[in-house]
Amino acid sequence: MGEPVLQVTDLTKRFGKVTSVDGISFELPKGEILGLLGANGAGKTTAINMVLGIISPTAGRVEVFGKELSSARIPILRRMNFCSTYTQLPGNLRVWQNLKVFGKLYRVKNLIQRIDEVLEMLEISHLRNRVTGELSAGESTRLNLCKALMNRPELLLLDEPTASLDPDIADKVRKVVSRIREEENTTILYTSHNMRDVEEVCDRVIFMHKGKILFGGTTEEMLQHFEEESLEDVFIRVARGGDIENPRDLTPPAEADREEGV
Amino acid sequence: MSLSSIQALVLRYLYLYTRTPIRAVELLFWPLVHLLVWGYLTMFLKDNTGDDFPYEITFLIGAVILWDILFRAQQGVAIFFLEDVWSRNLLNIFAAPVTNLDYLCSTYAVGMMRAAITSCMLAVLSMIIYQFNIFVLNWTLIPFVFNLLVFGWALGMISTALIVRWGPAAETLAWAVPFFIQPFAAVYYPVDALPEMLQWVAKSLPCSYIFEGMRDGLKTGEVDPSDLLWATGLNVVYLAVAGVLFSRVMNKAREKGLLTKFASQ
Ligand SMILES: Nc1ncnc2c1ncn2[C@@H]1O[C@H](COP(=O)(O)OP(=O)(O)OP(=O)(O)O)[C@@H](O)[C@H]1O
Ligand SMILES: [Mg+2]
Repeated sequence: MGEPVLQVTDLTKRFGKVTSVDGISFELPKGEILGLLGANGAGKTTAINMVLGIISPTAGRVEVFGKELSSARIPILRRMNFCSTYTQLPGNLRVWQNLKVFGKLYRVKNLIQRIDEVLEMLEISHLRNRVTGELSAGESTRLNLCKALMNRPELLLLDEPTASLDPDIADKVRKVVSRIREEENTTILYTSHNMRDVEEVCDRVIFMHKGKILFGGTTEEMLQHFEEESLEDVFIRVARGGDIENPRDLTPPAEADREEGV
Repeated sequence: MSLSSIQALVLRYLYLYTRTPIRAVELLFWPLVHLLVWGYLTMFLKDNTGDDFPYEITFLIGAVILWDILFRAQQGVAIFFLEDVWSRNLLNIFAAPVTNLDYLCSTYAVGMMRAAITSCMLAVLSMIIYQFNIFVLNWTLIPFVFNLLVFGWALGMISTALIVRWGPAAETLAWAVPFFIQPFAAVYYPVDALPEMLQWVAKSLPCSYIFEGMRDGLKTGEVDPSDLLWATGLNVVYLAVAGVLFSRVMNKAREKGLLTKFASQ
């Protein structure tokens, strides 16, 4: 296996007295889809924003494509993209106009053709000439995804891409995400509160709680680890265990053994 | 610096105007109102002051036109940023491969376009309505306009930096900043008309030399080259200070998560 596409080391972010992200480390090999889970306020969006360079870390490092983000931000950003429920494309432009602007920002070749492709991929070709601000929430989420796919990113960050989508469209979006990984070997970091997303799409999951990583592994490993039936149960248990002082309490013996090098 | 990024950002702005032409009203309406008010005041004064007035009174119309260049350039930068804030697009832009310089260059380009549109309109209308010809200033118009644009950009960057720092609550600064300096900028009266203490403030603003130069130019047909030198020299300083302030504030914004806060408001 080559070097990881994304490597995060001891990443910490403090806003004044609030510690949003507390020394997290993980790596993301090429072509993997990693789910970032955690209750509201766990620090997922802050972590993603640090990988995007929109928030600078208080401590720790972000390396993308083998380069330190802070020293090669622009060339790195050119090869990645993101889609977040927290942003919108300018509502006063038409759908194609927005995609054209962002296509140019990311120096997309054969721009017009690519616009058609991404619109088709998310099944919103019929919205091409619509005014962005008039789209429904689900339609504009899909447009955001189109924007995120414009430059065929090698690393794609998706912050709750299925929020506000109906089950049918959410399913389609999951399929698109899986498909671009199949076809283009895209590496994806994915946050979601929808456990279905995670089970279906992600190869591996990281569970964040109060800025720390509680657990990282495959879905099966996670279920075993927490001795629960479903991810949903795991989620609820961790979220309600807000008084968990030491996340290691949740570490079962097997994991502890591994850490001791057994 | 990336030309295609700059193009993309400018394109976005052009789409905005072509899609909602009502925006152009803002661009044309206020300058027109100013021209009419100051123009008719000029006509009235001209008919009633006699020959002992120290300047060609029509300089007031010239002042309206030149002030508008500065104001539009400043607005180009500040409003450009606010458009991204209003449309919750800020993160998309700053998470895209866009450097501060790309971003600023595109705002400059937009500022220049805005200034070109309004100043052309004003120049033509002042000729038709008041028989005032700004082009009697001849070649000196070039450094005048250029210096006003540059100072407008510097003010625009400062306004934007303040907005980033203080958040959307400071939005009105986008419009207010040029007017903070207007009383001292010697736009509609010479620097001498200010109390001595304030003259000092006027002399530290590049635009006051331009407006002085314009009055001289209209009166004598000649402009003191030292006025142009002072304006240019001060502009270099303002531009550098504004650039440093802008990039500092942007770094601070990344540290404090201000850009993401903007996005959520
Ligand atoms: N710019 C900021 N300034 C101050 N505090 C912030 C800022 N951004 C995030 N926080 C705080 O950091 C913590 C983590 O927030 P974050 O948005 O990363 O959580 P999240 O895991 O994405 O939650 P959600 O599931 O609700 O989206 C929260 O307590 C939040 O209030
Ligand atoms: Mg979030």
